[in-house]
Amino acid sequence: MAHGERVDFKNPVINWIDVRLPIFTMMQKEYGTFPTPKNFNYLWSFGGIAMFMLTAMIVTGVFLAMYYTPSTDHAFDSVERIMRDVNWGWMIRYIHMNGASMFFIAVYIHIFRGIYYGSYKNPRELLWILGVTILLLMMATAFMGYVLPWGQMSFWGATVITNLFSAIPLVGDKVVTWLWGGFSVDNATLNRFFALHYLLPFVIFAVVGLHVAALHVSGSNNPTGIDPKGPQDTIPFNPYYTIKDAFALTLFIILYALVVFYAPNMLGDPDNYIPANPMVTPAHIVPEWYFLPFYAMLRSFVWDIHIPFTHIVLISSKLGGVILMFGSIALLFVMPWLDRSPVRSAVFRPIYKKLFWVLVLACVTLGYIGGKPPEQPYVLVGQIATVVYFAFFLIALPLLPKYEKTLPLPKSISESVLKKG
Amino acid sequence: MPRFLICALALTLLMPVSAHAFEDTQTPHGPASGWPQKGPFGTYDRAALQRGFQVYKQVCSTCHGLRLLAYRDLTDLGFSEAEVKAIAAEATVKDGPNDNGDMFNRPGRPSDFFVSPFPNDQAARAANGGALPPDLSLIIKARKGHEDYVYSLLTGFGQTPPADEKIAKGMNYNPYFPGHQIAMPPPLTDGAVTFADGTPSTVDEEAKNVVQFLAWAAEPKLEIRKQTGLKVVLFLVVFAGVMYSVKRRIWSKLH
Repeated sequence: MAHGERVDFKNPVINWIDVRLPIFTMMQKEYGTFPTPKNFNYLWSFGGIAMFMLTAMIVTGVFLAMYYTPSTDHAFDSVERIMRDVNWGWMIRYIHMNGASMFFIAVYIHIFRGIYYGSYKNPRELLWILGVTILLLMMATAFMGYVLPWGQMSFWGATVITNLFSAIPLVGDKVVTWLWGGFSVDNATLNRFFALHYLLPFVIFAVVGLHVAALHVSGSNNPTGIDPKGPQDTIPFNPYYTIKDAFALTLFIILYALVVFYAPNMLGDPDNYIPANPMVTPAHIVPEWYFLPFYAMLRSFVWDIHIPFTHIVLISSKLGGVILMFGSIALLFVMPWLDRSPVRSAVFRPIYKKLFWVLVLACVTLGYIGGKPPEQPYVLVGQIATVVYFAFFLIALPLLPKYEKTLPLPKSISESVLKKG
Repeated sequence: MPRFLICALALTLLMPVSAHAFEDTQTPHGPASGWPQKGPFGTYDRAALQRGFQVYKQVCSTCHGLRLLAYRDLTDLGFSEAEVKAIAAEATVKDGPNDNGDMFNRPGRPSDFFVSPFPNDQAARAANGGALPPDLSLIIKARKGHEDYVYSLLTGFGQTPPADEKIAKGMNYNPYFPGHQIAMPPPLTDGAVTFADGTPSTVDEEAKNVVQFLAWAAEPKLEIRKQTGLKVVLFLVVFAGVMYSVKRRIWSKLH
């Protein structure tokens, strides 16, 4: 990392360490003097905010794990012991429980920022792919974490989602039995979910490390989407963005604190305060809000596709739904190659900009539909929104560069900043 | 961009209207006086909690458990240690095995958890015509509508069912219950309990007080949570102000 000439630190202890392990030089290079475009808006703070949320989740999670009992007989009650008898247990648990939501809010904003300003494009494809990998890992972690309190929604959510794997042709049922560690969601399932829920955040941490490392090779994108042309376009990360991010993070934590202390159960389902009961199915099985768009896509595929003129089902509605759900994320992975427009930022792409908001609207609509029972008109609206989502990636992105007249790009970041000011 | 946002908003605003067509249960409502524990500064009314506990003990506890609560928790209601000891001692707790290997019964202690009325779900169903009276420890947090729902349910008996709804034998009509048919007979009656402080024991008062007690049972840390939240948010707002001014100061060097 530090192959250039090393500058001595004044503090002799720090210098002694740094000569042998140049960690301070690295920090200085990557977070101190790191040249950063001078024109970030506050949307660029959400990467750091997401990092804070990951740390908060790991810290609170470690403490919860000290009191939590991963057993079908004791899981629910152990969570209630944390809520009632462990000193400040209620606070740690509410911070963790709502932290998942806040983490997803931060990450979703971070992702949509990337989509809007074209941060996924050359040379940041790998950076983007690592980010989508983090999203996938987060989803797995959050899903398994939601199972741990062993309430009704924990149990039935786990049953529905793990059952999706039974849609895999030929080996589906075997895969599900293997995932469960038995013939239904039971103690073995709860135990392995706990083990993985503890493991995956550290995997996420490692991938975040790669994500940041890749970022520091290419440098950050910025609202104009054009590369910095020289030192006049950048400022050192510290103090400018350390303080800006710190301010944004504080505002975010205020929102977080309001939820934790004044509406801690707002985002949760009341059913999860009923202990898991395999004999009683809740009227509506609904995942947490951050999965609702994907859940809506899963349920919008309602047809069995037959081999023509036979009754042999080629793609069952279940398999179709699963393909849509995983496909929606798979599209994010290949997004850098779907969109070949040389212009990054939506600021200079008038049609793309509009379509971006159509995509946002489709996602919000899907989120709303995911929380509704699978009845008309919800199913139809969900299907339309699903088509819009896929059309954005598969039709609009590849075709746009041919038809879109992009606006003239500013000569440099400085020029665009000065024009505005 | 704003145009699309407006469309999105309009869509989300329109949808709940059509959603109402699917709601078949009556929307629950709270008492006219509202709930003292609601709102950012709301706290539990200790006198109401004690009255509510009395209603639970004399009426509900015949069928419904409160297994996540310990008798010691009752000190939070304003009962003295001696009172809690006496309340606990009224319960019979199965303990053991003793030195001879036998299980034995002893009077409850404050450290014991509330003794449920039935030893298991099967016994509860057998004694209640097949219906299972749910444990009430978390009932307020475990139902949509929360306090309002339980209050409406408790005061919603005695109405005449619509002509097209046939009430099965042994069931009772209650428009707030999903499906409108509940196995629980009207639990509260005027004068079912006698409040020591002279509060009239109408069905409405009994329901109001027991719901407040159950809200406390479900969320006993509500008050410390809101008090802590106030300090945390006040600190953060001041801190954000400081951060903002430092940010302005640092960035002013650039402009």
